[in-house]
Amino acid sequence: MRFSRSATLGVAILVLASAVKAQEAPASIEDLWQIIQRQQAEIDSLRDEIRAARQDVDATSEKVAETEARVEATGEYVETMATLQSVPSKTTIGGYGELHYNNIDSDAGDSDEIDFHRFVLFFGHEFTDRVHFYSELELEHSLAGDGAPGEVELEQAYVDFTLTDQLTARAGLFLLPVGIINETHEPQTFYGVERNDVENIIVPATWWEAGGAMYGHFGNGLSWDVAVHSGLAMPTTGSSAFSVRSGRQKVAEAIASDPAYTARLRYSGVPGLELAASYQYQTDPSQIAGDGLDSGQLISAHDDFRRAGFGLRALYSSWNFNGFAVEAADADKQDGWYIEPSYRLTEKWGFYGRYEDLDGARSQDKFTQSEVGFNFWPVSGVVLKMDYRKREHTLDALSGSDFDAIDLGFGYGF
Amino acid sequence: MRNFIRLLPLLPAIAAVAATGEEAGRYIESDVYVATAFAGAPPQASTLWVSGGLRGAIEQTLGHRFAALRVRYWDDGKTSVWILDEIGKELPITIGVTVRDARITNVRVLEFRESRGWEVRYPFFTDQFHDTTLGTNGRLNRQIDGITGATLSVGAVTRIAQTALIFDDHIRNKK
Repeated sequence: MRFSRSATLGVAILVLASAVKAQEAPASIEDLWQIIQRQQAEIDSLRDEIRAARQDVDATSEKVAETEARVEATGEYVETMATLQSVPSKTTIGGYGELHYNNIDSDAGDSDEIDFHRFVLFFGHEFTDRVHFYSELELEHSLAGDGAPGEVELEQAYVDFTLTDQLTARAGLFLLPVGIINETHEPQTFYGVERNDVENIIVPATWWEAGGAMYGHFGNGLSWDVAVHSGLAMPTTGSSAFSVRSGRQKVAEAIASDPAYTARLRYSGVPGLELAASYQYQTDPSQIAGDGLDSGQLISAHDDFRRAGFGLRALYSSWNFNGFAVEAADADKQDGWYIEPSYRLTEKWGFYGRYEDLDGARSQDKFTQSEVGFNFWPVSGVVLKMDYRKREHTLDALSGSDFDAIDLGFGYGF
Repeated sequence: MRNFIRLLPLLPAIAAVAATGEEAGRYIESDVYVATAFAGAPPQASTLWVSGGLRGAIEQTLGHRFAALRVRYWDDGKTSVWILDEIGKELPITIGVTVRDARITNVRVLEFRESRGWEVRYPFFTDQFHDTTLGTNGRLNRQIDGITGATLSVGAVTRIAQTALIFDDHIRNKK
């Protein structure tokens, strides 16, 4: 051992001696031994520091991985909570409303009127992925009850059964698939404070009946509807004789002796374009046998085109009734049409013109009407409207009732 | 009245059919859509955290709060695929968007559950998005024509197309 130590010392002395030869000579072997020991101590210290640093790096890596896992978990939790909050409820609420001001100038008498015409609430519920309920409850003219001008009406309450991705069955009280306005009539979706008159007098929108329906579509944009439902009960006497609109029973303890059938074919395979045609057969539009109003057929066709700001709506509807009484009253054929060009100047402003020609059952339902106006949408779902209308009655006897009107309106839908 | 009565036996059959079957409205699984977007095996999914200016831009485009903290996407350096949800009228529509060289090459509705607006599922509508880019105002450089009666569904798909382009622009510029 001593030999070994001596040999080591000897080698070290020789190495150090040559290394420090140019500087200063070692004092003694003992001094050199001290130097070596100090250097060894420094080497050991550095080795410890490196080991500690490595442990720190390992610990940091572990902490980074742990932090990443925590961030991931936090992200997932926050997103799950956000998703839970944003997932639509199975029960949904919507609605729309419209306020009208009409200033009418006529030889028969001027009038100023303001009316909250419609206040509507939608309620829907998703029973399952394939079974949905929809409803629409409306308060018309703000106030309902004895002597009040308005009504509370249940306009939709039906359940849809999705049979396949392209086929659905419907049961309940639903809007008939006829015309443009009847199914889509939220005020922000059409021009004019008042709805067009063809889809009021000839197609008595809003028009709902109760029964069953099937509808479906094809991948090329063609869709179809068929429905069997309650029929009209049109009066055959009085001031509203043979008025289609007066024949709506509104599914209120309605007579269901004689049903009606409706079918529609619709094409929307080109963006911006809708073409549709409907046919309806009323087995007895008065629900009374032998009263001179025996059956009725409605045909209605329309286009709704909107592209690059330009729009064009056009609709034609015609009734043909059979029966000696309706023919004697010259009300067996009732029809009307309108054309409505429009231009959406910006996202907020749109302008339109409309021309209507009607030949209804009552004298006051035979007229032409021209109107121009604009819509202003401050935000999507809210609309302000203004228009000017001029109505001229077909019958000379009613020329005194011709009028000019300025209408202002406000509407919303959500 | 007899006509109605004759139809009554149909009701239980209709209800029975509606009560069974697969989940309604799902047309293509997400992984299948991703796989079809790339020539070979699709890249691993990446995560984009939506924060700061990016979140502001997305929320401005959508017009409402963006619920997710991050989105998953698939990117091979040129093509990115995004699968995002947006509510049409009442229910979420799941939409896949493929972007290549800052241009939309494909938009597809993966899941649609609304009762109206089914037209947006079909190529005669979604083909309009092909080759659209982000305009200078952050919107699509081309007008998308709507569908009568499907305004809200059309709006949802259009917003998601814009959102995918903004995300793609973000990851390209970041890289």
